[in-house]
Amino acid sequence: MTTDELQLGGKILSSRLLMGSAGFADMATMQEALRAGSAGMVTVAMRRLPHGDANEQHKIWKDYVILPNTAGCETPQEAVLTAQLAREALGTDWIKLEVIGDKESLLPDPEGLLTAARQLVSEGFVVLPYCSDDPMLCRHLESLGCAAVMPLAAPIGTGLGLRNPHNIRLIRSAVACPVIVDAGIGAPSDACLAMELGCDGVLVNSAVARAKDPIGMARAMKNAVIAGREAFLAGIMPSSTETRSMSSLNDMIDCS
Amino acid sequence: MKKKMRVIINGEPHDYEEGCFLPQLLASYEVKGSVAVAVNERLVRRAQWQDYCVQDGDRIEIVRAVVGG
Repeated sequence: MTTDELQLGGKILSSRLLMGSAGFADMATMQEALRAGSAGMVTVAMRRLPHGDANEQHKIWKDYVILPNTAGCETPQEAVLTAQLAREALGTDWIKLEVIGDKESLLPDPEGLLTAARQLVSEGFVVLPYCSDDPMLCRHLESLGCAAVMPLAAPIGTGLGLRNPHNIRLIRSAVACPVIVDAGIGAPSDACLAMELGCDGVLVNSAVARAKDPIGMARAMKNAVIAGREAFLAGIMPSSTETRSMSSLNDMIDCS
Repeated sequence: MKKKMRVIINGEPHDYEEGCFLPQLLASYEVKGSVAVAVNERLVRRAQWQDYCVQDGDRIEIVRAVVGG
């Protein structure tokens, strides 16, 4: 029996679907959605208190591998400090590193990302950088010691899906570390395509939280990721513009 | 009579008596759950809270995990 588990930063994850925890109508819906999606990891943000009932949230998250993020940070300094605070508060070396260029586009700032990644790797963090879908940038992030690269499918929260599948394919070829598509996934077919291209995982939040039925969508995403992964492993047939019947065209009946 | 000092906690000004250490300050700020603290943009580990004497003008951040994507 062969296993096909995602190994990331020395951990084996139970699922290739990573889920964000924000934007759900209530904690019960979030909890049910995380369960329905069999989330391999769950992302959280670090914010000033008071902010919601953190104790209640911790109870829910205790069943999952928690991945704190540096969402909203616009400088490497902010991101590094946020990662240090997350490590202190949550007791994890893992960080989903985000350094955004501005709060309108929310697009990653490559220079700030490299600076912060270098610092955090030197401090022993398991760094998972949210980055542009740029193969060369991903190669730099890997060479700095990041545990994975997390290229965007499309800008955060847009649900536009994989805008540049070819770049995702190039990233898959450019790095040996796990590739996890993060941000911009809208439909399960987007998640499936990312996996068919050879990505190792997908992170979704808005696509689930903003669906009419978040629990049903979490299940759909889980199934899409499994289908895409199995298709990748099975080897998708090469496409062609030439038709080819699979039924023999010999020995046909003749009605002429 | 101890002198008063002003510190900024999570962006808001607060007045304390001088000679206050971090645990006293955190106790009066209703800290629950797993939190982390930075002073003047530097992490102060939990084990060092008792040794940190808060200074006038300190900018203190108290954070915890919340839902996020």
